[in-house]
Amino acid sequence: MTETNVHPAAGGASAGGSALAPAAISITNAGKVFAVAKGAEVRALENIDLTVSPGEFVSLIGPSGCGKSTLLRLIADLDEASSGEVLVFGKSARQARIDQEYGIAFQSAGLLPWRSVQANIELPLELHGVGKAERTTRAEELIELVGLTDFRSRFPDQLSGGMQQRVAIARALAERPKLLLMDEPFGALDEMTRERMQQELVRICAETGAAVVFVTHSIPEAVFLSDRVVVMSPRPGRIVGIVDVPLGPGTSRTEALRENPGFFTAVTAVREALHGSPAVPAGADLR
Amino acid sequence: MTRAGGRSYAVLWGLIGVIILLALWEGYKALGPSSGVELFGQGILPKTDDRSMPHLWAMVQRAAEPVNSSAGSPPVWLAVIGAALNSLGVAAVGWAVGSVIGLLLAILMQRLRVAERAVLPWLILSQTVPLIALAPLIVAWGGKIQIGAFSWDRWMSVAVIAAYLAFFPVAVGALRGLQSPDTIHLELMRSYDAGWFKTLVRLRLPASVPYLLPALRLGAASAIVGTVVAEVSTGYKGGIGRMIVEFAQSGTSDPAKAYAPIAGAVVLGLVAAGLVALLGLGLKRFNRQEVSS
Repeated sequence: MTETNVHPAAGGASAGGSALAPAAISITNAGKVFAVAKGAEVRALENIDLTVSPGEFVSLIGPSGCGKSTLLRLIADLDEASSGEVLVFGKSARQARIDQEYGIAFQSAGLLPWRSVQANIELPLELHGVGKAERTTRAEELIELVGLTDFRSRFPDQLSGGMQQRVAIARALAERPKLLLMDEPFGALDEMTRERMQQELVRICAETGAAVVFVTHSIPEAVFLSDRVVVMSPRPGRIVGIVDVPLGPGTSRTEALRENPGFFTAVTAVREALHGSPAVPAGADLR
Repeated sequence: MTRAGGRSYAVLWGLIGVIILLALWEGYKALGPSSGVELFGQGILPKTDDRSMPHLWAMVQRAAEPVNSSAGSPPVWLAVIGAALNSLGVAAVGWAVGSVIGLLLAILMQRLRVAERAVLPWLILSQTVPLIALAPLIVAWGGKIQIGAFSWDRWMSVAVIAAYLAFFPVAVGALRGLQSPDTIHLELMRSYDAGWFKTLVRLRLPASVPYLLPALRLGAASAIVGTVVAEVSTGYKGGIGRMIVEFAQSGTSDPAKAYAPIAGAVVLGLVAAGLVALLGLGLKRFNRQEVSS
């Protein structure tokens, strides 16, 4: 379904063998149309096919307006697909939301300003009737996981942007979801904090084993974090290529990876997929 | 701390304002013509004789003397405090009732868009009805209420009018507060599958506190004004509003007497606003604002 003359999509590859457990995410021919003023329509997404395996880290990348955030919102059931099917762990997106199958983090941390770090992390547990003692234990684990032990009783306005984002990630992990949805969570951070947060995220994902869908518009960020990078293009938003980021034997996602030749190859592949839209004849000069 | 410094500055400026006002009074009295200032036959500034503008010290002195010549008559200041406390009690009941109604209306309007469109214009309209017209109606309606041992008292009419004034700022302020959460917070609650009520309790109500506190303060001031006016127009005895009118009637023979209850009413408004501010101290953490990196 996915058309690309740059790097063929490897969409089905990882989904093929997992007949036993349902895929973390399975999207078939999904589209999203927004009605705007006076009957006009905007086709935000078209013909989206994507499968994400349990434990897999997938980034969505593309220019502004390519619908990558919309796609994430369809998975999160914050918007409803106009056509096609979005399944999360074999259930409808709506049912998956109701069953709390995913944790979500946005570009701004979105912490409740009147709650301390610990109380913010406990919020989802509190809403779902988890007892006080259990909440405290879980919050302490998570605070340690994101390295904020000394800040547990601070309030969000006393934290830096990076710290706030860590709290948001801890909150997203509170109910041990098997799927983490992240919409440009590091977009507002400075480059240094950003790289450190990426490193942290790699560690956290390894510890939790959750699948991640990560929206970004930074190519190095996508390549550094992901098993696969999904490249999208705008008007209407669609998938133009999926770039595998195979780690060589003995390589792990540490700072050294950023210097690795394989890293640069993948960065180049993503860049070519981004710029070489199928509408443009091969070899055409893109400025 | 800058905040503490800011507060003592505010007190200082407040005092300076009061002193300027007092100086203006005495200054005009000393320098202005005793027959007042007229322009084209219209009096634009009052006469400065002792009957129209008693000296400040005469007012203070009068406040220390008994209310009237009958035996056992309490000093004016004590009578004023008694009347002010009486009014404060009635106003507090009105404020509490009005605030609860205002908050409930705001929640209803937040819940149902239709309700907001249908109710809000009526709320605004309600505040344009003159109290003088309303008071006799409420007294008349209240008089008909008799349920078992409960019978309508005149002070309840006063409290109803105070509530009628107090509910409006609370309803409008609370509505704005309930609608204040960002999309991101609302979507977060949706992702938690939190229903309307849970969202109200965990998100909308805490988020509304910074809007609610000034509204409650405004409501308290309105309740005091409503009480003072309603006491006069319903004929309720014992409150400060009634006392202002009674003392003013003896104005020609005893001009300094009328100012004590007026000062009492002003202090009453300040006390009411202060009490609400105390309420705010307990809710301080809800005044924290989100700061993005």
